[in-house]
Amino acid sequence: MDKKAKDILKLLENNARLSYEEIAEMLGISEKEVEEVVKKAEENGIILKYKTLVNWERAGEEPVYAVIDVRVTLTREKNYDDIAKRIAKYPEVHAVRLISGDYDFQVVVKGKSLKDVSFFVAEKISTIPEVLTTVTHFVLRTYKEEGVLLFKEEDDRRLAITP
Amino acid sequence: MRISKNVASLKPSGIRKFFELIIGRDDVISLGVGEPDFPVPWRIREEIIYSLEKGITSYTSNYGLYELREKISEYYKKFGVNCGVDNIVVTTGVSEAIDIAIRSILNFGESILIPEPCYVSYSPLTILAGGIALSYPTNPDFIPYYEDMIKIAERAERDGRKIKAIIINYPNNPTGVSYTKNTLEEIADFAVEKDLIVISDEIYAELSYSFKHISIAALEGMFERTIILNGFSKAYAMTGLRVGYVIAPEDLINAMLKIHQYCMLCAPVISQVGAIEALRSEDELDEMREEYIRRRNYIVKKLRNVLDVRKPDGAFYIFPSIKNTGLSSEEFAKKLLFEKNVAVVPGNAFGESGEGYIRCAYAVNMDKLKEAVGRIVEFVENL
Repeated sequence: MDKKAKDILKLLENNARLSYEEIAEMLGISEKEVEEVVKKAEENGIILKYKTLVNWERAGEEPVYAVIDVRVTLTREKNYDDIAKRIAKYPEVHAVRLISGDYDFQVVVKGKSLKDVSFFVAEKISTIPEVLTTVTHFVLRTYKEEGVLLFKEEDDRRLAITP
Repeated sequence: MRISKNVASLKPSGIRKFFELIIGRDDVISLGVGEPDFPVPWRIREEIIYSLEKGITSYTSNYGLYELREKISEYYKKFGVNCGVDNIVVTTGVSEAIDIAIRSILNFGESILIPEPCYVSYSPLTILAGGIALSYPTNPDFIPYYEDMIKIAERAERDGRKIKAIIINYPNNPTGVSYTKNTLEEIADFAVEKDLIVISDEIYAELSYSFKHISIAALEGMFERTIILNGFSKAYAMTGLRVGYVIAPEDLINAMLKIHQYCMLCAPVISQVGAIEALRSEDELDEMREEYIRRRNYIVKKLRNVLDVRKPDGAFYIFPSIKNTGLSSEEFAKKLLFEKNVAVVPGNAFGESGEGYIRCAYAVNMDKLKEAVGRIVEFVENL
Protein backbone atom coordinates (compact mmCIF):
# COMPACT_ATOMS: atom_id res chain seq x y z
CA MET A 1 0.00 0.00 0.00
CA ASP A 2 1.37 3.45 -0.81
CA LYS A 3 2.00 6.16 1.77
CA LYS A 4 -0.94 8.27 0.64
CA ALA A 5 -3.42 5.43 1.21
CA LYS A 6 -1.86 4.69 4.58
CA ASP A 7 -2.12 8.35 5.61
CA ILE A 8 -5.80 8.40 4.67
CA LEU A 9 -6.53 5.21 6.62
CA LYS A 10 -4.67 6.49 9.67
CA LEU A 11 -6.74 9.69 9.67
CA LEU A 12 -10.00 7.75 9.33
CA GLU A 13 -8.98 5.25 11.98
CA ASN A 14 -8.70 8.13 14.39
CA ASN A 15 -11.78 10.01 13.20
CA ALA A 16 -14.20 8.30 10.85
CA ARG A 17 -16.28 11.45 10.44
CA LEU A 18 -13.68 13.40 8.50
CA SER A 19 -15.03 14.40 5.10
CA TYR A 20 -13.19 13.72 1.85
CA GLU A 21 -12.68 17.47 1.60
CA GLU A 22 -11.06 17.73 5.02
CA ILE A 23 -8.77 14.77 4.41
CA ALA A 24 -7.77 16.20 1.05
CA GLU A 25 -6.92 19.56 2.63
CA MET A 26 -4.83 18.00 5.37
CA LEU A 27 -2.84 15.78 3.05
CA GLY A 28 -2.57 18.26 0.22
CA ILE A 29 -4.17 15.94 -2.35
CA SER A 30 -7.42 16.06 -4.33
CA GLU A 31 -10.81 15.02 -2.99
CA LYS A 32 -11.16 12.58 -5.82
CA GLU A 33 -7.97 10.78 -4.84
CA VAL A 34 -9.24 10.43 -1.27
CA GLU A 35 -12.56 9.07 -2.43
CA GLU A 36 -10.90 6.51 -4.70
CA VAL A 37 -8.66 5.20 -1.94
CA VAL A 38 -11.52 4.97 0.56
CA LYS A 39 -13.89 3.25 -1.86
CA LYS A 40 -11.23 0.73 -2.78
CA ALA A 41 -10.37 0.05 0.86
CA GLU A 42 -14.05 -0.53 1.60
CA GLU A 43 -14.37 -2.96 -1.30
CA ASN A 44 -11.23 -4.87 -0.34
CA GLY A 45 -12.26 -5.29 3.28
CA ILE A 46 -9.40 -3.10 4.46
CA ILE A 47 -11.94 -0.77 5.99
CA LEU A 48 -14.20 -3.14 7.92
CA LYS A 49 -16.69 -0.78 9.45
CA TYR A 50 -17.17 2.80 10.69
CA LYS A 51 -18.14 2.84 14.33
CA THR A 52 -18.30 5.10 17.34
CA LEU A 53 -16.40 4.58 20.56
CA VAL A 54 -19.04 5.12 23.27
CA ASN A 55 -18.33 5.51 26.95
CA TRP A 56 -21.48 3.69 28.08
CA GLU A 57 -20.74 4.18 31.74
CA ARG A 58 -20.84 7.93 31.20
CA ALA A 59 -24.23 7.42 29.54
CA GLY A 60 -25.53 5.76 32.70
CA GLU A 61 -25.43 2.24 31.35
CA GLU A 62 -23.46 -0.51 33.01
CA PRO A 63 -22.65 -3.24 30.56
CA VAL A 64 -20.64 -6.10 32.02
CA TYR A 65 -17.51 -7.18 30.24
CA ALA A 66 -15.51 -10.29 31.00
CA VAL A 67 -12.25 -11.58 29.62
CA ILE A 68 -12.34 -15.36 29.37
CA ASP A 69 -9.26 -17.51 29.01
CA VAL A 70 -10.12 -20.66 27.13
CA ARG A 71 -7.98 -23.79 26.84
CA VAL A 72 -8.94 -26.23 24.09
CA THR A 73 -7.86 -29.55 22.72
CA LEU A 74 -7.27 -29.98 19.02
CA THR A 75 -8.34 -32.96 16.95
CA ARG A 76 -7.89 -33.95 13.31
CA GLU A 77 -11.35 -32.68 12.56
CA LYS A 78 -11.27 -29.49 14.61
CA ASN A 79 -8.42 -26.99 14.46
CA TYR A 80 -8.11 -23.54 16.05
CA ASP A 81 -10.02 -21.83 13.25
CA ASP A 82 -13.00 -24.15 13.57
CA ILE A 83 -13.28 -23.65 17.31
CA ALA A 84 -12.72 -19.89 17.12
CA LYS A 85 -15.44 -19.48 14.53
CA ARG A 86 -17.92 -21.38 16.72
CA ILE A 87 -17.21 -19.05 19.60
CA ALA A 88 -17.07 -15.88 17.53
CA LYS A 89 -20.51 -16.29 16.01
CA TYR A 90 -22.32 -15.58 19.29
CA PRO A 91 -23.43 -11.95 19.37
CA GLU A 92 -22.49 -11.81 23.06
CA VAL A 93 -18.87 -12.33 22.07
CA HIS A 94 -17.09 -9.03 21.59
CA ALA A 95 -13.67 -10.31 20.53
CA VAL A 96 -11.88 -13.62 20.02
CA ARG A 97 -8.13 -13.88 19.82
CA LEU A 98 -5.73 -16.81 19.54
CA ILE A 99 -3.03 -16.12 22.07
CA SER A 100 0.30 -17.52 23.21
CA GLY A 101 0.92 -18.79 26.74
CA ASP A 102 -1.06 -20.99 29.11
CA TYR A 103 -4.34 -20.58 27.28
CA ASP A 104 -5.35 -20.82 23.63
CA PHE A 105 -8.05 -18.20 23.22
CA GLN A 106 -8.88 -14.94 24.85
CA VAL A 107 -12.56 -14.21 24.49
CA VAL A 108 -14.18 -10.94 25.48
CA VAL A 109 -17.86 -11.30 26.35
CA LYS A 110 -20.34 -8.51 26.87
CA GLY A 111 -23.54 -9.02 28.86
CA LYS A 112 -26.18 -7.24 30.91
CA SER A 113 -25.15 -8.66 34.28
CA LEU A 114 -22.61 -10.89 36.03
CA LYS A 115 -25.13 -13.69 35.98
CA ASP A 116 -25.83 -13.16 32.33
CA VAL A 117 -22.16 -13.47 31.41
CA SER A 118 -21.49 -16.37 33.78
CA PHE A 119 -24.35 -18.43 32.37
CA PHE A 120 -23.34 -17.62 28.84
CA VAL A 121 -19.85 -18.97 29.50
CA ALA A 122 -21.14 -22.04 31.33
CA GLU A 123 -23.78 -22.89 28.77
CA LYS A 124 -22.31 -21.84 25.47
CA ILE A 125 -18.53 -21.91 25.73
CA SER A 126 -17.70 -24.55 28.32
CA THR A 127 -20.01 -26.99 26.60
CA ILE A 128 -18.14 -26.92 23.31
CA PRO A 129 -16.59 -30.41 23.19
CA GLU A 130 -13.04 -29.16 22.45
CA VAL A 131 -13.04 -26.70 25.36
CA LEU A 132 -11.07 -28.10 28.29
CA THR A 133 -11.18 -25.25 30.82
CA THR A 134 -12.23 -21.62 31.07
CA VAL A 135 -11.26 -18.88 33.50
CA THR A 136 -13.53 -15.84 33.67
CA HIS A 137 -12.17 -12.40 34.66
CA PHE A 138 -14.78 -9.70 35.06
CA VAL A 139 -13.72 -6.23 34.04
CA LEU A 140 -14.05 -3.81 36.95
CA ARG A 141 -12.93 -0.61 35.30
CA THR A 142 -11.53 0.37 31.92
CA TYR A 143 -8.81 3.00 31.81
CA LYS A 144 -7.93 2.95 28.14
CA GLU A 145 -9.92 1.63 25.21
CA GLU A 146 -8.85 1.55 21.58
CA GLY A 147 -5.99 3.88 22.39
CA VAL A 148 -8.30 6.43 24.03
CA LEU A 149 -7.77 7.36 27.67
CA LEU A 150 -11.01 7.16 29.66
CA PHE A 151 -9.82 9.46 32.40
CA LYS A 152 -9.35 13.20 32.20
CA GLU A 153 -6.15 14.17 30.49
CA GLU A 154 -3.97 16.97 31.77
CA ASP A 155 -5.19 20.51 31.18
CA ASP A 156 -3.40 22.70 28.69
CA ARG A 157 -1.23 24.78 30.97
CA ARG A 158 0.48 26.75 28.24
CA LEU A 159 0.33 30.53 28.39
CA ALA A 160 -1.92 32.06 25.72
CA ILE A 161 0.90 33.93 24.01
CA THR A 162 4.55 32.92 24.08
CA PRO A 163 7.42 33.99 21.85
CA MET B 1 18.59 56.60 37.12
CA ARG B 2 18.74 53.32 38.99
CA ILE B 3 18.26 51.16 35.91
CA SER B 4 21.16 50.55 33.56
CA LYS B 5 20.94 52.63 30.39
CA ASN B 6 21.30 49.48 28.36
CA VAL B 7 18.31 47.83 29.99
CA ALA B 8 16.27 51.00 29.92
CA SER B 9 16.90 51.31 26.20
CA LEU B 10 15.23 47.98 25.46
CA LYS B 11 11.73 48.31 24.04
CA PRO B 12 8.99 46.48 25.92
CA SER B 13 8.22 43.14 24.32
CA GLY B 14 5.33 43.29 21.83
CA ILE B 15 4.35 39.82 22.91
CA ARG B 16 4.16 40.79 26.56
CA LYS B 17 1.92 43.74 25.67
CA PHE B 18 -0.43 41.51 23.74
CA PHE B 19 -0.44 38.89 26.45
CA GLU B 20 -1.87 41.45 28.90
CA LEU B 21 -4.86 41.98 26.59
CA ILE B 22 -5.76 38.32 26.66
CA ILE B 23 -5.63 37.84 30.42
CA GLY B 24 -9.13 37.64 31.81
CA ARG B 25 -10.81 36.82 28.50
CA ASP B 26 -12.60 33.49 28.44
CA ASP B 27 -12.85 31.03 25.57
CA VAL B 28 -10.01 32.52 23.59
CA ILE B 29 -8.61 30.13 21.00
CA SER B 30 -4.97 30.98 20.90
CA LEU B 31 -2.82 30.59 17.83
CA GLY B 32 -0.26 32.65 19.70
CA VAL B 33 1.49 29.88 21.57
CA GLY B 34 5.06 29.24 20.57
CA GLU B 35 5.24 25.78 22.07
CA PRO B 36 3.97 22.34 21.05
CA ASP B 37 0.53 21.14 22.12
CA PHE B 38 1.85 17.58 22.31
CA PRO B 39 2.62 16.54 25.86
CA VAL B 40 6.17 15.55 26.80
CA PRO B 41 6.33 11.84 25.89
CA TRP B 42 5.48 9.74 28.92
CA ARG B 43 8.74 7.78 28.81
CA ILE B 44 10.63 11.05 29.38
CA ARG B 45 8.41 12.13 32.26
CA GLU B 46 8.76 8.67 33.87
CA GLU B 47 12.54 8.94 33.64
CA ILE B 48 12.47 12.36 35.33
CA ILE B 49 10.18 11.13 38.11
CA TYR B 50 12.44 8.12 38.63
CA SER B 51 15.53 10.31 38.75
CA LEU B 52 13.95 12.34 41.53
CA GLU B 53 13.13 9.15 43.42
CA LYS B 54 16.75 8.10 43.12
CA GLY B 55 17.77 11.47 44.52
CA ILE B 56 19.45 12.81 41.40
CA THR B 57 19.26 16.44 42.42
CA SER B 58 22.81 17.75 42.59
CA TYR B 59 24.90 19.98 40.31
CA THR B 60 26.33 18.42 37.20
CA SER B 61 29.62 19.27 35.51
CA ASN B 62 29.52 22.77 33.97
CA TYR B 63 29.56 21.10 30.58
CA GLY B 64 26.50 19.00 31.40
CA LEU B 65 26.11 15.25 31.88
CA TYR B 66 28.67 13.31 29.89
CA GLU B 67 26.11 10.78 28.67
CA LEU B 68 23.87 13.54 27.38
CA ARG B 69 26.73 15.17 25.48
CA GLU B 70 27.65 11.80 23.99
CA LYS B 71 24.09 11.36 22.82
CA ILE B 72 23.93 14.90 21.37
CA SER B 73 27.17 14.32 19.46
CA GLU B 74 25.69 11.11 18.04
CA TYR B 75 22.35 12.81 17.31
CA TYR B 76 23.78 15.74 15.38
CA LYS B 77 25.27 13.41 12.78
CA LYS B 78 21.79 13.30 11.25
CA PHE B 79 22.16 16.99 10.41
CA GLY B 80 25.60 16.39 8.91
CA VAL B 81 27.79 17.48 11.83
CA ASN B 82 30.51 15.32 13.35
CA CYS B 83 31.54 16.81 16.66
CA GLY B 84 33.15 15.54 19.81
CA VAL B 85 31.76 15.56 23.33
CA ASP B 86 34.16 18.44 24.05
CA ASN B 87 32.38 20.60 21.48
CA ILE B 88 29.16 20.62 23.48
CA VAL B 89 27.87 22.54 26.49
CA VAL B 90 24.40 21.80 27.84
CA THR B 91 22.51 25.02 28.59
CA THR B 92 19.37 26.12 30.37
CA GLY B 93 17.34 26.17 27.19
CA VAL B 94 18.28 27.85 23.94
CA SER B 95 17.59 31.24 25.54
CA GLU B 96 20.72 30.93 27.63
CA ALA B 97 22.57 29.48 24.66
CA ILE B 98 21.84 32.62 22.60
CA ASP B 99 23.03 34.79 25.45
CA ILE B 100 26.35 33.06 26.06
CA ALA B 101 27.00 32.68 22.33
CA ILE B 102 26.67 36.42 21.82
CA ARG B 103 28.53 37.42 24.96
CA SER B 104 31.42 35.07 24.24
CA ILE B 105 32.31 36.77 20.95
CA LEU B 106 31.19 40.37 21.15
CA ASN B 107 33.39 43.31 22.10
CA PHE B 108 31.78 46.58 23.08
CA GLY B 109 30.39 48.39 20.04
CA GLU B 110 30.70 45.48 17.64
CA SER B 111 27.70 44.53 15.51
CA ILE B 112 25.74 41.39 14.86
CA LEU B 113 23.83 41.06 11.61
CA ILE B 114 20.29 39.85 12.24
CA PRO B 115 18.03 39.00 9.31
CA GLU B 116 14.46 39.96 10.24
CA PRO B 117 11.67 39.09 11.01
CA CYS B 118 13.22 36.94 13.69
CA TYR B 119 12.87 35.51 17.15
CA VAL B 120 12.42 38.19 19.80
CA SER B 121 15.57 37.82 21.85
CA TYR B 122 18.44 38.19 19.38
CA SER B 123 18.46 42.00 19.34
CA PRO B 124 17.94 42.60 23.07
CA LEU B 125 20.64 40.11 24.01
CA THR B 126 23.04 41.74 21.57
CA ILE B 127 22.33 45.15 23.09
CA LEU B 128 22.73 43.77 26.62
CA ALA B 129 26.13 42.42 25.57
CA GLY B 130 27.12 45.98 24.64
CA GLY B 131 26.81 45.34 20.94
CA ILE B 132 24.84 46.77 18.07
CA ALA B 133 21.98 44.78 16.58
CA LEU B 134 22.20 45.36 12.86
CA SER B 135 18.90 44.00 11.68
CA TYR B 136 17.70 44.12 8.10
CA PRO B 137 14.44 43.01 6.43
CA THR B 138 14.41 39.83 4.36
CA ASN B 139 10.94 40.54 2.93
CA PRO B 140 9.11 39.42 0.92
CA ASP B 141 10.35 35.83 0.81
CA PHE B 142 12.25 35.93 4.12
CA ILE B 143 15.48 34.48 2.76
CA PRO B 144 18.86 36.09 3.51
CA TYR B 145 20.50 36.47 0.09
CA TYR B 146 24.21 36.90 -0.45
CA GLU B 147 23.88 40.16 -2.39
CA ASP B 148 21.68 41.79 0.25
CA MET B 149 23.98 40.79 3.09
CA ILE B 150 27.09 41.96 1.27
CA LYS B 151 25.44 45.34 0.63
CA ILE B 152 24.49 45.74 4.28
CA ALA B 153 27.93 44.67 5.43
CA GLU B 154 29.72 47.03 3.12
CA ARG B 155 27.56 49.95 4.16
CA ALA B 156 28.30 49.13 7.79
CA GLU B 157 32.00 48.97 7.05
CA ARG B 158 31.88 52.38 5.41
CA ASP B 159 30.23 53.68 8.59
CA GLY B 160 33.18 52.26 10.49
CA ARG B 161 31.30 49.41 12.10
CA LYS B 162 32.75 46.00 12.76
CA ILE B 163 30.37 43.11 12.12
CA LYS B 164 31.34 40.11 14.18
CA ALA B 165 28.64 37.56 13.51
CA ILE B 166 25.32 36.77 11.88
CA ILE B 167 22.41 35.05 13.65
CA ILE B 168 20.24 32.76 11.57
CA ASN B 169 17.26 30.68 12.64
CA TYR B 170 15.82 27.98 10.39
CA PRO B 171 13.19 26.64 10.20
CA ASN B 172 12.26 30.11 11.27
CA ASN B 173 10.16 31.54 14.03
CA PRO B 174 7.99 33.49 13.07
CA THR B 175 7.97 32.93 9.28
CA GLY B 176 8.12 29.12 9.06
CA VAL B 177 10.62 29.53 6.22
CA SER B 178 13.58 27.18 6.15
CA TYR B 179 16.84 27.33 4.23
CA THR B 180 17.87 24.95 1.47
CA LYS B 181 21.46 23.92 0.96
CA ASN B 182 21.77 26.66 -1.68
CA THR B 183 20.68 29.36 0.75
CA LEU B 184 23.02 27.98 3.41
CA GLU B 185 25.89 28.10 0.92
CA GLU B 186 25.16 31.76 0.20
CA ILE B 187 25.21 32.53 3.90
CA ALA B 188 28.41 30.51 4.30
CA ASP B 189 30.08 32.35 1.41
CA PHE B 190 29.12 35.65 2.95
CA ALA B 191 30.39 34.60 6.39
CA VAL B 192 33.71 33.43 4.97
CA GLU B 193 34.14 36.54 2.84
CA LYS B 194 33.49 38.86 5.77
CA ASP B 195 35.15 36.53 8.30
CA LEU B 196 32.06 36.24 10.51
CA ILE B 197 30.90 33.74 13.07
CA VAL B 198 27.53 32.18 12.30
CA ILE B 199 25.19 31.67 15.24
CA SER B 200 22.75 29.10 13.93
CA ASP B 201 19.58 28.61 15.95
CA GLU B 202 18.30 25.20 14.85
CA ILE B 203 15.68 24.60 17.54
CA TYR B 204 13.06 23.70 14.90
CA ALA B 205 15.40 21.32 13.01
CA GLU B 206 13.13 18.31 13.60
CA LEU B 207 10.17 20.22 12.21
CA SER B 208 11.39 20.55 8.65
CA TYR B 209 8.77 19.48 6.13
CA SER B 210 9.78 20.46 2.62
CA PHE B 211 13.34 19.15 2.72
CA LYS B 212 15.77 17.50 5.10
CA HIS B 213 17.35 19.87 7.61
CA ILE B 214 21.10 20.26 7.37
CA SER B 215 23.17 22.31 9.74
CA ILE B 216 25.19 25.14 8.24
CA ALA B 217 28.10 23.77 10.26
CA ALA B 218 27.99 20.72 7.99
CA LEU B 219 29.15 22.76 4.99
CA GLU B 220 32.82 22.58 4.20
CA GLY B 221 34.96 24.72 6.45
CA MET B 222 31.94 26.05 8.37
CA PHE B 223 32.23 24.10 11.62
CA GLU B 224 35.17 26.27 12.61
CA ARG B 225 33.04 29.45 12.48
CA THR B 226 29.64 28.20 13.60
CA ILE B 227 27.89 28.09 16.95
CA ILE B 228 24.93 25.72 16.72
CA LEU B 229 22.08 26.29 19.16
CA ASN B 230 19.49 23.61 19.75
CA GLY B 231 17.42 22.06 22.51
CA PHE B 232 14.53 19.90 23.56
CA SER B 233 11.65 22.38 23.68
CA LYS B 234 10.16 21.95 20.23
CA ALA B 235 10.87 18.35 19.21
CA TYR B 236 10.10 16.93 22.65
CA ALA B 237 7.85 19.68 24.00
CA MET B 238 10.12 20.08 27.06
CA THR B 239 9.70 23.87 27.09
CA GLY B 240 9.41 24.49 30.81
CA LEU B 241 12.16 22.01 31.61
CA ARG B 242 14.66 24.44 30.12
CA VAL B 243 17.31 22.32 28.49
CA GLY B 244 19.27 23.10 25.35
CA TYR B 245 22.84 23.05 24.12
CA VAL B 246 25.53 24.77 22.10
CA ILE B 247 27.86 23.01 19.67
CA ALA B 248 30.96 24.93 18.62
CA PRO B 249 34.71 24.68 17.99
CA GLU B 250 36.74 24.33 21.15
CA ASP B 251 37.92 27.92 21.61
CA LEU B 252 34.33 29.18 21.41
CA ILE B 253 33.08 26.38 23.66
CA ASN B 254 35.66 27.28 26.28
CA ALA B 255 34.67 30.93 26.09
CA MET B 256 30.97 30.13 26.45
CA LEU B 257 31.72 27.72 29.26
CA LYS B 258 33.37 30.54 31.21
CA ILE B 259 30.16 32.56 31.12
CA HIS B 260 27.89 29.56 31.65
CA GLN B 261 29.78 28.42 34.76
CA TYR B 262 29.30 31.80 36.43
CA CYS B 263 25.78 32.70 35.36
CA MET B 264 24.14 29.26 35.30
CA LEU B 265 26.58 26.74 36.73
CA CYS B 266 24.73 23.92 35.02
CA ALA B 267 21.40 23.15 33.39
CA PRO B 268 18.78 21.58 35.73
CA VAL B 269 19.91 18.01 36.33
CA ILE B 270 16.50 16.37 36.06
CA SER B 271 15.95 18.09 32.74
CA GLN B 272 19.28 16.74 31.54
CA VAL B 273 18.20 13.25 32.60
CA GLY B 274 14.96 13.73 30.67
CA ALA B 275 16.94 14.91 27.66
CA ILE B 276 19.02 11.74 27.70
CA GLU B 277 15.83 9.70 27.62
CA ALA B 278 14.45 11.93 24.85
CA LEU B 279 17.39 11.09 22.60
CA ARG B 280 17.00 7.33 23.14
CA SER B 281 14.19 7.17 20.61
CA GLU B 282 12.78 9.14 17.72
CA ASP B 283 9.57 7.16 17.48
CA GLU B 284 7.30 10.04 18.43
CA LEU B 285 8.88 12.47 16.00
CA ASP B 286 7.51 11.07 12.75
CA GLU B 287 3.98 10.97 14.06
CA MET B 288 4.26 14.53 15.36
CA ARG B 289 5.81 15.83 12.17
CA GLU B 290 3.02 14.31 10.10
CA GLU B 291 0.37 15.88 12.29
CA TYR B 292 2.00 19.30 11.91
CA ILE B 293 2.16 18.85 8.14
CA ARG B 294 -1.57 18.06 8.02
CA ARG B 295 -2.38 21.12 10.08
CA ARG B 296 -0.09 23.30 8.00
CA ASN B 297 -1.71 22.12 4.76
CA TYR B 298 -5.13 22.80 6.23
CA ILE B 299 -4.49 26.29 7.59
CA VAL B 300 -2.59 27.41 4.48
CA LYS B 301 -5.37 26.21 2.16
CA LYS B 302 -8.13 27.86 4.18
CA LEU B 303 -6.43 31.18 4.90
CA ARG B 304 -5.35 31.56 1.28
CA ASN B 305 -9.00 32.25 0.53
CA VAL B 306 -8.70 35.59 2.31
CA LEU B 307 -5.02 36.38 2.93
CA ASP B 308 -1.69 36.14 1.16
CA VAL B 309 0.01 33.11 2.72
CA ARG B 310 3.42 31.70 1.88
CA LYS B 311 3.44 27.93 2.49
CA PRO B 312 6.05 27.43 5.20
CA ASP B 313 8.74 24.75 5.13
CA GLY B 314 8.93 24.05 8.84
CA ALA B 315 8.34 24.95 12.49
CA PHE B 316 4.68 25.36 13.44
CA TYR B 317 4.03 28.90 12.27
CA ILE B 318 2.49 30.54 9.30
CA PHE B 319 3.14 34.21 8.68
CA PRO B 320 0.39 35.54 6.43
CA SER B 321 0.44 39.04 5.06
CA ILE B 322 -2.54 41.10 6.17
CA LYS B 323 -1.68 44.12 4.02
CA ASN B 324 -4.79 43.63 1.87
CA THR B 325 -6.96 44.41 4.91
CA GLY B 326 -5.54 47.92 5.32
CA LEU B 327 -5.00 47.28 9.03
CA SER B 328 -1.71 47.37 10.89
CA SER B 329 -0.51 44.13 12.49
CA GLU B 330 -1.51 45.31 15.93
CA GLU B 331 -4.90 46.61 14.83
CA PHE B 332 -5.62 43.33 13.08
CA ALA B 333 -4.59 41.21 16.06
CA LYS B 334 -6.51 43.35 18.55
CA LYS B 335 -9.67 43.49 16.46
CA LEU B 336 -9.52 39.75 15.84
CA LEU B 337 -9.14 39.13 19.53
CA PHE B 338 -11.95 41.45 20.59
CA GLU B 339 -14.40 40.45 17.85
CA LYS B 340 -13.68 36.76 17.37
CA ASN B 341 -11.76 35.68 20.47
CA VAL B 342 -8.87 34.35 18.44
CA ALA B 343 -5.35 35.29 19.49
CA VAL B 344 -2.49 35.66 17.03
CA VAL B 345 0.76 37.58 17.44
CA PRO B 346 1.21 40.86 15.52
CA GLY B 347 4.13 40.46 13.12
CA ASN B 348 5.89 43.61 14.32
CA ALA B 349 6.69 41.79 17.58
CA PHE B 350 9.40 40.11 15.49
CA GLY B 351 10.96 43.30 14.18
CA GLU B 352 9.81 46.27 12.15
CA SER B 353 9.82 44.24 8.96
CA GLY B 354 7.14 42.00 10.49
CA GLU B 355 4.69 44.89 10.17
CA GLY B 356 1.87 43.90 7.84
CA TYR B 357 1.98 40.28 8.92
CA ILE B 358 0.60 38.12 11.74
CA ARG B 359 2.04 34.95 13.21
CA CYS B 360 -0.35 32.04 13.65
CA ALA B 361 0.95 28.96 15.43
CA TYR B 362 -0.74 25.73 14.48
CA ALA B 363 0.29 24.08 17.73
CA VAL B 364 -3.34 23.39 18.62
CA ASN B 365 -5.41 20.31 17.88
CA MET B 366 -7.30 20.01 14.61
CA ASP B 367 -10.72 20.81 16.13
CA LYS B 368 -9.53 24.07 17.63
CA LEU B 369 -7.56 24.90 14.53
CA LYS B 370 -10.66 24.47 12.36
CA GLU B 371 -12.69 26.69 14.64
CA ALA B 372 -10.00 29.38 14.81
CA VAL B 373 -9.36 29.39 11.08
CA GLY B 374 -13.09 29.60 10.41
CA ARG B 375 -13.32 32.65 12.65
CA ILE B 376 -10.33 34.34 11.01
CA VAL B 377 -11.81 33.82 7.53
CA GLU B 378 -15.14 35.22 8.69
CA PHE B 379 -13.38 38.15 10.32
CA VAL B 380 -11.46 39.13 7.21
CA GLU B 381 -14.47 38.71 4.94
CA ASN B 382 -16.48 41.12 7.09
CA LEU B 383 -13.82 43.80 7.39
